Amino acid sequence: MAKQIRLTTPLSTEDVENLNIGDKVLLNGVLLTGRDAAHKRLFELIREGKELPVDIKGQVIYYVGPTPAKPGKPIGSAGPTTSYRMDPYSPKLIELGLKGMIGKGNRSQTVIEAMKRFKAVYFGATGGAGALLAKRIKKAEIVAYPDLGPEAIRILEAEDFPVIVINDTKGNDLYQEGIKRYAKG
Amino acid sequence: MIREISTQEIIKVVRDLGIEANYNLGDDVLLAFTRALEKEDSTAAREVMKELIENARIAREEKAPICQDCGLAVVFIEIGQDMHIIGGDLKEAINEGVRQGYRGGYLRKSACHPITRKNTGDNTPAIIHMQIVPGDKMRIIFAPKGGGSENMSRVDMLSPAAGIEGVKDFVVKRVKESGSNPCPPTIVGIGVGGTFERSAILAKKALLRNIGVRNPDPELAEIEEEILARINRLGIGPMGYGGNSTSLDVFLEIEPCHIASLPVAVNIQCHAARHKEAVI
Repeated sequence: MAKQIRLTTPLSTEDVENLNIGDKVLLNGVLLTGRDAAHKRLFELIREGKELPVDIKGQVIYYVGPTPAKPGKPIGSAGPTTSYRMDPYSPKLIELGLKGMIGKGNRSQTVIEAMKRFKAVYFGATGGAGALLAKRIKKAEIVAYPDLGPEAIRILEAEDFPVIVINDTKGNDLYQEGIKRYAKG
Repeated sequence: MIREISTQEIIKVVRDLGIEANYNLGDDVLLAFTRALEKEDSTAAREVMKELIENARIAREEKAPICQDCGLAVVFIEIGQDMHIIGGDLKEAINEGVRQGYRGGYLRKSACHPITRKNTGDNTPAIIHMQIVPGDKMRIIFAPKGGGSENMSRVDMLSPAAGIEGVKDFVVKRVKESGSNPCPPTIVGIGVGGTFERSAILAKKALLRNIGVRNPDPELAEIEEEILARINRLGIGPMGYGGNSTSLDVFLEIEPCHIASLPVAVNIQCHAARHKEAVI
């Protein structure tokens, strides 16, 4: 049965092991942001054995490229982007201690296996709900790659940021379970 | 006396339409959200529909973009053959309107070089579809198009032997394979006939219709309803979390094609179905 859970980052292995697909989670604390271009750069640093510009241990990465902030607002509209573009990079980040990812859309089997093996989860935020989700972000600061514009890495301060668990640490997938339950004929 | 329209006016109209389309979701889409909410029973699917309704309200009240993907600027423009444009280049006027709208409206600029991926910085060039029509007026339709749903769109050249059943299967299969990626509940535009490129433009044009408006040809209207029913039996549901609302509507447009061909295009539109128009 789906539950509603409030969590604060950084997340522990125990935090993520308690989550099941379909659970509604309200995330609080720091969220990192990054899309394809930023992931590519992080991946290159890892390959070269260099230090990352942000510590990803226990952290949650939100795949988002927000609109420009209006004066007086911390961030513009900020809904999730499609996650499969990050699939080539995610297993390595999970292995290095990343505990959560927020996006939309299916993940590859390799990412799902990495989540199972190294204990991490994939959360879905509602795509296209950019204005609503922005209101749950209290602060935003660019910490790396400002040249990437909307794709720069930011540290966000989230307050009850609403997500749904899509892939848990047991290898379950809400997308597959949902279709099984509702497909007719 | 030939009616004159200045590029200055066109710039202003394009700018305002771009901002308006990104801040204000159509009432037809909002009504469809409410109906979809009523059809869902799982916590996750209901939560999505409630968030979408609330999101549209916040965007409208706070003048904020509905979605952070403010799209490429797709502009359909119908030019009355009895009018005259003064004050410069029409195409440049449309691009200037886009530039001003995306900067002034705090909209995200998503246009980039296809190979270097360098952002053009101002969301231009717009994707402009021009048509000369009778009359002395100009109709401008601004339809920002997000990348996530556009990526799930496809064109195929079917064998005429596949017939209408082949078309229906192609569309349903495409929606099924797209799963949660295009931000369901989606709207599906289908173009059948013409040539390779025409079918895609027909599919895109089909998306300009308001939800609930059927093709005036009763046979085509019936096909739209049948495809919609089949899609909503797939079980994908809001954001792919499982449910009964995978698409809010299906729009079909057709044109004659070559005797050897059956072109079919499926243009998938996310639930942020944005399009605004003005006549000047």
